[in-house]
Amino acid sequence: MADIVLDQVTKRFPDGALAVDKISLDIADGEFVILVGPSGCGKSTTLNMIAGLEDITEGELRIGGQVVNNKAPKDRDIAMVFQSYALYPHMTVGENMGFALKLAKTPQNVIDEKVNEAARILDLTQHLDRKPANLSGGQRQRVAMGRAIVRDPAAFLMDEPLSNLDAKLRVQMRTEVSRIQRRLGTTMVYVTHDQTEAMTLGDRVAVMRSGLLQQVGSPQELYEQPDNLFVAGFIGSPAMNFMAATIDAGNMHTPLGDAPLSGRIRQALEQANAPRDLIVGIRPEAFEDAALVTPDARENGIGFRATIDVLESMGSDVFIYFTKETAQGVDAAELTELARDSGRADTGGSGDTIVARIDAATRIREGDDAELWVDLRSLHVFDPATGRNITLGGSGATGGSGATGGSDATGGSGATGGAGATDGSVGMTKDSA
Amino acid sequence: MNKKFGWGTANTVAVVLTLIPLLWILSLSFKTPTAILDASFWPKQWTWSNYSGILQSAQFIRPLVNSIGIGLIATIVAVVLASMAAYAVARLAFPGKQVLIGMALLIAMFPAISLVTPMFSIERALGLFNTWPGLIIPYVAFGLPLGIYILSAFFREIPWELEKAAKMDGATPFQAFTKVIAPLAAPGMVTTAILVFLFCWNEFLFAISFTSTIGARTAPAALAFFSGSSQFTSPTGPIAAAAVVITIPIIIFVLFFQRRIVAGLTSGAVKG
Repeated sequence: MADIVLDQVTKRFPDGALAVDKISLDIADGEFVILVGPSGCGKSTTLNMIAGLEDITEGELRIGGQVVNNKAPKDRDIAMVFQSYALYPHMTVGENMGFALKLAKTPQNVIDEKVNEAARILDLTQHLDRKPANLSGGQRQRVAMGRAIVRDPAAFLMDEPLSNLDAKLRVQMRTEVSRIQRRLGTTMVYVTHDQTEAMTLGDRVAVMRSGLLQQVGSPQELYEQPDNLFVAGFIGSPAMNFMAATIDAGNMHTPLGDAPLSGRIRQALEQANAPRDLIVGIRPEAFEDAALVTPDARENGIGFRATIDVLESMGSDVFIYFTKETAQGVDAAELTELARDSGRADTGGSGDTIVARIDAATRIREGDDAELWVDLRSLHVFDPATGRNITLGGSGATGGSGATGGSDATGGSGATGGAGATDGSVGMTKDSA
Repeated sequence: MNKKFGWGTANTVAVVLTLIPLLWILSLSFKTPTAILDASFWPKQWTWSNYSGILQSAQFIRPLVNSIGIGLIATIVAVVLASMAAYAVARLAFPGKQVLIGMALLIAMFPAISLVTPMFSIERALGLFNTWPGLIIPYVAFGLPLGIYILSAFFREIPWELEKAAKMDGATPFQAFTKVIAPLAAPGMVTTAILVFLFCWNEFLFAISFTSTIGARTAPAALAFFSGSSQFTSPTGPIAAAAVVITIPIIIFVLFFQRRIVAGLTSGAVKG
């Protein structure tokens, strides 16, 4: 049991590449924190630095109040689960799980007791004498977890532990990981590139991009109050739609149509001294089939027509895809870069396709020229130059979203403190439970 | 059908070519001294006298002990050193790594005969001439390149993360090597050990050049110094018998570990 504090931690590889740039993060005792970001963002490097498998170039890492920068992994009292599981093929499941205790010269009866206990938690009791080669993927994954649990460490580190499992098993194990963490109440740092995993698992999620921490906060905070374009585009599935917009005499011109500026947005824009050309972000669920919107709700948004290219029925909702000329003017390059950054460019989702999630009761069909409606209350406005979310303005910071991002000058280094404290209390309740 | 026949013929030719000299040695070892020069392939009169003769003679028993001792020591030293070196080659990035690999290859390719004269002088000067270490050291030197090559292929196949996992589990780097990496590379070590031992066991040039008495002379070299029962009889029978005796353990050895050797020599060539 221990808290983990990263204080301006930096990793520079011998070839000069900057993998992690001055990351500050307070992880409270018992907290479950997710590091999430696209590949190459430095999340695994950060985890390896916490583990002691990578040297820290600059900054300070404290575990349980002690500076551990120069301590070997074995002296840090932390356990790690690897993406490949890294089970010892020449040892049985039981020996794999007891290896750390054996190295620590724990008496054999204590080892047996702890291994049996962990095996019971993970439902591995009948497999203790088998070799990893004879286990299924899910079982191997559980052994890897068991190896960490047995040691009763100060903290667990997990490096994409579920990414080798098939989709169904992954969802199952996700619940399992969550259950185990709550049961043990041990601090856990979990690395993933999958935003769904990040959103469903963590007490707090830290979004990283090119070595910089973008935003730290609860999943809901990240979803509702993204600090910048990157977080907005990365969190949420399907991803947020981005469009170019211009402000003109109290009106906002968007590809969906013109809308009067609401008080909230007008105030935020004035405060931020925003430029006239902006990027607006709209979550897919902000859209609705205009026929299904009640007349008094209509005034919160604007109606528009669009030709539906593709319609996907999910049962509970319907996803519709349509095209608007969103990539206008100077903003196109910025949006394209974001799409590439979050990997959407690879899946063929270009910047100008808009996805909307609407009620399953809709009568809209593929190819229709449909009447749609969009709720503007949850609209996000971003500054194209900095990528910063203007709509959050001053109120965003009081929400404790803890931005330490590089492009965001207002964030400041200690911004994780507020959120850390609240989540710390969550950890405490878990301990006593 | 035709293709099968072609391969079959080639195989038969190869096997016959190899086996005939072997069978001949076997046959000679059972012939009486007077029958050695008769033209028959199989002895008309079988005798064990050649075998009983050499097995009672210190001229053969002592070199046999030398062979086993020198072979085992050289093998153990070479495998231990080679596994450490191979581990470094496979896992660490250090300056001069390519040079080191190149040098190892160079040693393996150097014709041994060209080294005999300078090494003879060196061994004389160092007092290693006609001692066990005098043979063990060059055997280790020539066994190492082979060992490094085979073992580094094995080490490369072992996932890097296993070692990280061991470190996280609290192992020192040495423990990680001995408890996790080395057991996984055991097949490679066995293969290396067999090949190095075979090399030491069969080696003749150094054995005959760096020894002068049966105190350090190994079996293959000792054969060359056999004498007949009188100065008019040639020692062909006893030499043949001794050759058979020192070949038998090797044949058993190879038959037993055949699969391992093949696996060891080809591992790393293809994935999986």
